[in-house]
Amino acid sequence: MATLVIAEHDNKTLKDATAKTVTAATQLGAGVHVLVAGQNCSAVAAAAAKLAGVGKVLLADDALYAKMVAETMETLILSLAGGYDAILAPATTNGKNYLPRVAAKLDTPQISEIVKVVAPDTFERPIYAGNAIQTVQAGAGKKVVSVRTTAFKPAAATGSAAVEKVAAASDPGTSKFVGEELSKSERPELTAAKIVISGGRGLQSAENFKLLEKIADKLHAAVGASRAAVDAGFVTNDYQVGQTGKIVAPDLYIAVGISGAIQHLAGMKDSKVIAAINKDEEAPIFQIADFGLVADLFKAIPELEEELTKLGA
Amino acid sequence: MHRTNSGRLKTSVSASLADARDELLIAGPFSQGISNAMKVLVPVKRVIDYNVKVRVKADQTAVDLANVKMSMNPFDEIAVEEAVRLKEKGKASEVVAVSIGPAQASETIRTALAMGADRGILVKTQGEVEPLAVAKILKAICDAEKPDLVITGKQAIDDDSNQTGQMLAALLGWPQATFAHKLELEAASAKVEREIDGGLQTLEVKLPAVMTTDLRLNEPRYASLPNIMKAKKKPIDEKTPADYGVDTTPRLKVLKVSEPPKRQGGVKVKTVAELLARLKDAGVL
Ligand SMILES: Cc1cc2nc3c(=O)[nH]c(=O)nc-3n(C[C@H](O)[C@H](O)[C@H](O)COP(=O)(O)OP(=O)(O)OC[C@H]3O[C@@H](n4cnc5c(N)ncnc54)[C@H](O)[C@@H]3O)c2cc1C
Ligand SMILES: Nc1ncnc2c1ncn2[C@@H]1O[C@H](COP(=O)(O)O)[C@@H](O)[C@H]1O
Repeated sequence: MATLVIAEHDNKTLKDATAKTVTAATQLGAGVHVLVAGQNCSAVAAAAAKLAGVGKVLLADDALYAKMVAETMETLILSLAGGYDAILAPATTNGKNYLPRVAAKLDTPQISEIVKVVAPDTFERPIYAGNAIQTVQAGAGKKVVSVRTTAFKPAAATGSAAVEKVAAASDPGTSKFVGEELSKSERPELTAAKIVISGGRGLQSAENFKLLEKIADKLHAAVGASRAAVDAGFVTNDYQVGQTGKIVAPDLYIAVGISGAIQHLAGMKDSKVIAAINKDEEAPIFQIADFGLVADLFKAIPELEEELTKLGA
Repeated sequence: MHRTNSGRLKTSVSASLADARDELLIAGPFSQGISNAMKVLVPVKRVIDYNVKVRVKADQTAVDLANVKMSMNPFDEIAVEEAVRLKEKGKASEVVAVSIGPAQASETIRTALAMGADRGILVKTQGEVEPLAVAKILKAICDAEKPDLVITGKQAIDDDSNQTGQMLAALLGWPQATFAHKLELEAASAKVEREIDGGLQTLEVKLPAVMTTDLRLNEPRYASLPNIMKAKKKPIDEKTPADYGVDTTPRLKVLKVSEPPKRQGGVKVKTVAELLARLKDAGVL
């Protein structure tokens, strides 16, 4: 039986997280179908149909799914689950929200945030903030798995699957979307950017975070933050990188004024190259940074900007 | 009680003020006699303290927990705090803390009681209990206790599963509001602001419901010494999974627990120009 991947999207564009989850799904060895649940999202379904390895796209286009509210996603996925052996979703806040409901109703454990498919029933996943890697084997029954997308390459856009409409499922009617405040940014998305520059408590204020934004604009980088910077209100929650925030693995991660607590490292230690700027030479971040600069950031960051301007960035 | 969470800035002055406030509120009339005030259930997990450097056992079967400091899962402290605040505001009539784990999990429940929960339920288990089994036990407890709201942590920092609350909600057929940033409780519903990948989202869920906490929902209090003493007298019911008819045999087979690949620290550079040159050499700029 095939594997069902639940697509991550915003009704307009298909997120990279979906293409990466498809890669994990193809490693299970069976056919892969993608469910696009949303509203007025046929463009998303068309994009999903192009992903290599996808045999079919199921499109549930209904107002019920506009915001992927967990209870409605649960009934929809359960209505389709009979035809599948495994159900995969990216470990985004959406995936984390609806997928365990599906697992519970199927009476099967969820395997959270896999980073490797060892065999179709065996997976590796980080535990204890990534300080240990657990290899787990699923038992009989359906597999419900969330995927840490930074661990998988996106499937190429070389396919041409058919798109099939599926009916909306029942609405439990127990929850209602009221509104949202989304961060607007011209910069690349944190989890998809090739370069991430993150600031910590050392930045001292929201105003000072603009120093990092200027660098980010020159490098086409995304801006991230430590929990301390978010808690202090320098930036909003969606900037947080770490065990309980976003997991990133860019080519280059620049940590500025961040000490390097394990909870922060858990979110960025798989970056290809790590650079750190910190005035404390004993800061733990230097133990994992490829390049460390012991300096006052209020001196180093303006200098960095100047040098980058010189380089024509 | 010590709390060394470097993510929270808390001085001893503000701590003692908070304690004084606890005292006032607990002694005060706020929480009694309010009609249709709600019952809140808070599952609390005993986990390795978030400050401990985790080591994998040499035989690669598990993480070494011998002689390691254990604490309440940090997200569950936030859950207890939120529940106790609801009680202090007169919105909740009773806060019940539940833990599923070894005998020592009673200490975790005591911590919740010292923070202001009213009573505890300890479901004694041996070995690891998977989130699905925890959710089944919690469902059975909800069937018996009939809470209006269950507040769990969003994630236990040991298994990093992030699923128990959602599973519980599904098993009960209740709505959920995960990753809560702000809660406004009304008579028959809750308005919850949630931390999502793109920013914040507000949902309205009908009660009863399950909510899971995110970091910025509140700042948990320190339990004061008098409240720690009082907590010793609060009741804790002892149960077993069998009392609830739940089989806790693991469904997943852990084949191995290993160390992640170690990342080596690299070099220190002297100047910004040198840093840039190195990054260019590394091909990432
Ligand atoms: C349950 C739980 C979950 C958590 N989840 C996360 C998470 O997902 N992500 C996360 O990041 N944290 C998380 N934390 C918090 C984590 O433990 C740390 O508290 C946090 O990462 C510290 O942030 P920081 O490095 O910015 O602050 P600090 O540790 O205070 O470090 C600030 C650094 O800035 C440096 N500095 C100060 N001024 C300057 C200057 N002028 N120039 C250069 N350097 C300077 C200092 O030397 C210091 O090293 C979590 C904690 C808990 C308990
Ligand atoms: N053994 C347990 N006892 C009590 N509560 C638990 C237990 N396991 C998980 N929980 C609750 O479920 C939340 C999420 O845990 P998890 O799904 O394991 O990441 C925790 O923050 C607790 O509130």
